[in-house]
Amino acid sequence: MTAASASQNLERHASPASPVQELVAEVTQAARYARQHTISAIYHAGSGHPGGALSAADIIASLFGAELNLWPDTTQDPDRDRFVLSKGHAAPMLYAVAAHYGYCKPRDALRLRRLNSPFQGHPHVGDLPWVETSTGSLGQGFSVALGMAMGLKLQNQMSRVYTLIGDGELQEGEVWEAIMCAAHHRLDNLCVIIDYNKLQSDDTNANIMALEPLAAKWRAFDWAVAEIDGHDIPTILTTLRRAAATHGRPSCIIAHTTKGKGVPYMENVPAWHGSVKLTETQADEALRALGASRQEIKDWLDGSDL
Amino acid sequence: MEATSEAPALIATNGDSLRESFGKALSQLAYEFPKLVVLDADIAGGTGAHHFRRIHPDRFLQFGIAEQNMMAAAGGLAAVGLIPVVTTFAVFCLRAIEQARLSIAYARRNAKIVASHPGLDVGPDGGSAQALEDLAAFRAIPGMTVISPADATEARLATRAILEFEGPVYMRTGRSPARHVFGEDHKFEIGKGQIIRDGSDLTIVACGVEVARAVEAADLLKADGISARVVNMPTIKPIDSELLVRCAKETGAFVTAEDHNILGGLGGAVAEVLAATSPRPIEFIGVKDVFGASGDPEDLAEAYHLTAPHIARAAKKVVGRKPKKEKR
Repeated sequence: MTAASASQNLERHASPASPVQELVAEVTQAARYARQHTISAIYHAGSGHPGGALSAADIIASLFGAELNLWPDTTQDPDRDRFVLSKGHAAPMLYAVAAHYGYCKPRDALRLRRLNSPFQGHPHVGDLPWVETSTGSLGQGFSVALGMAMGLKLQNQMSRVYTLIGDGELQEGEVWEAIMCAAHHRLDNLCVIIDYNKLQSDDTNANIMALEPLAAKWRAFDWAVAEIDGHDIPTILTTLRRAAATHGRPSCIIAHTTKGKGVPYMENVPAWHGSVKLTETQADEALRALGASRQEIKDWLDGSDL
Repeated sequence: MEATSEAPALIATNGDSLRESFGKALSQLAYEFPKLVVLDADIAGGTGAHHFRRIHPDRFLQFGIAEQNMMAAAGGLAAVGLIPVVTTFAVFCLRAIEQARLSIAYARRNAKIVASHPGLDVGPDGGSAQALEDLAAFRAIPGMTVISPADATEARLATRAILEFEGPVYMRTGRSPARHVFGEDHKFEIGKGQIIRDGSDLTIVACGVEVARAVEAADLLKADGISARVVNMPTIKPIDSELLVRCAKETGAFVTAEDHNILGGLGGAVAEVLAATSPRPIEFIGVKDVFGASGDPEDLAEAYHLTAPHIARAAKKVVGRKPKKEKR
């Protein structure tokens, strides 16, 4: 078996040592915090996309908390790893995780979707030094990440590029152009993570435009593929490590997630895709479900300084 | 990937086409611009990029027939410090214009888009292939510089200029052999037009293949006793408003000429400046808001009223529209 074919199925790799408990606990806490921050930001903004932000929390927290070679003081370092949020409507979760890890002030990041705030409804490069490119039109972030991976290889840089795409986003033709292109150019420094929450704006993927058999499609396009539980942080962390060790082909992590994860009344309800307005009662209930204390909820809902 | 001796020859890739001039210039400039990479979507032989591919295969990036991915990937290549030059046909730039908008212009990337086969100049491939909307569409994108050189010499100079320039650029080249307008002493500067024929009764402002026709029209007008100034305006955005204001004062009337829809391109850009600063009568030569069709480029130019006699007719009309001098 060649190295390349052995790496096609990421699950078959010898398991690296389990991530240390402390790291798992830290990322778990980051994801919990970021979910609360996201609810608060969308509540204060009066609009936003909570469903697909909540489903992505554990993935984005795992990337920033462990996988990315990126720190708040290295965001302009040419050798840094890049993360592109191709599903740009999940921006509040990116801002929330970044706030948790010290890339920006948490209260600043609550000024979501406001005039003169860098925290736009969809991420915009230049407004924030750790946003790698502007996204919001589905499919494009993936292609930009591909271009970054290609350019880094051309310049013999070791950095890796990660992009998080939505499942509905897979319906864009550009995505399949990029899937073909990345495999053709053997971009093994590129890792795509699919936030596979099975729902999109109006309805289920299955009813709008079916995606299955999804893993088989990516494998047929010659990618190294893993299917995981996108809320199991130890599994996310080990799979990201395996993806980084893949040679000769790009890697795709199909992360099975729950839209609205952590807020029972939002879970698996397409209407919470957004863009929605959260009432104070709804925000309060969501924060309570996400484990915020009475005092924390009071602080999250207080927008007097925003 | 180079054609074998049995392969059919490419049509009209002679040295006088703008695309050939661009491709050769790019190959030379690669030595001076080590960060330059060229992106292609399986039409390098048509865009002139095949010259670059032959000499710099390691910096030639093949994307297959997939322009949307190519356009956005250019944003990514620029993000990691390279200077990507996207090459395809003008009509396919329209296909990927949203990628150019978001992932290049809005993301403030130093990426260049160079489009061959613009306008009716595409000829026999017909209406589906003739981009008559590209100047208008790209001009409407904030921060996008838009250029349409007049001949092979200017295309060569403009190729250097866009690489030296920091920021997103959309530049037309051209498919057909183009008439020479400029000598070797020609200077090209982004954002600057030049008076290439002086005159006092009106100004003909032209870009691309229409510059040679504008000069021809000035000759026709001279025979009829009308003194036409000809301005070469290769940068449609940012347009040289200073020069336009000066021509308004000195000649008092305008004809614009472009191988493009009369809506939103060079004519629109000139009219916007004049309306805001120094209103003067203006006539528009271009394709009159219809699609093109198959035919020889010169025959098409005649059929769609882009040739010198049509420019001259518009000139006479606009001179007739000039306000009469006030009587004492």
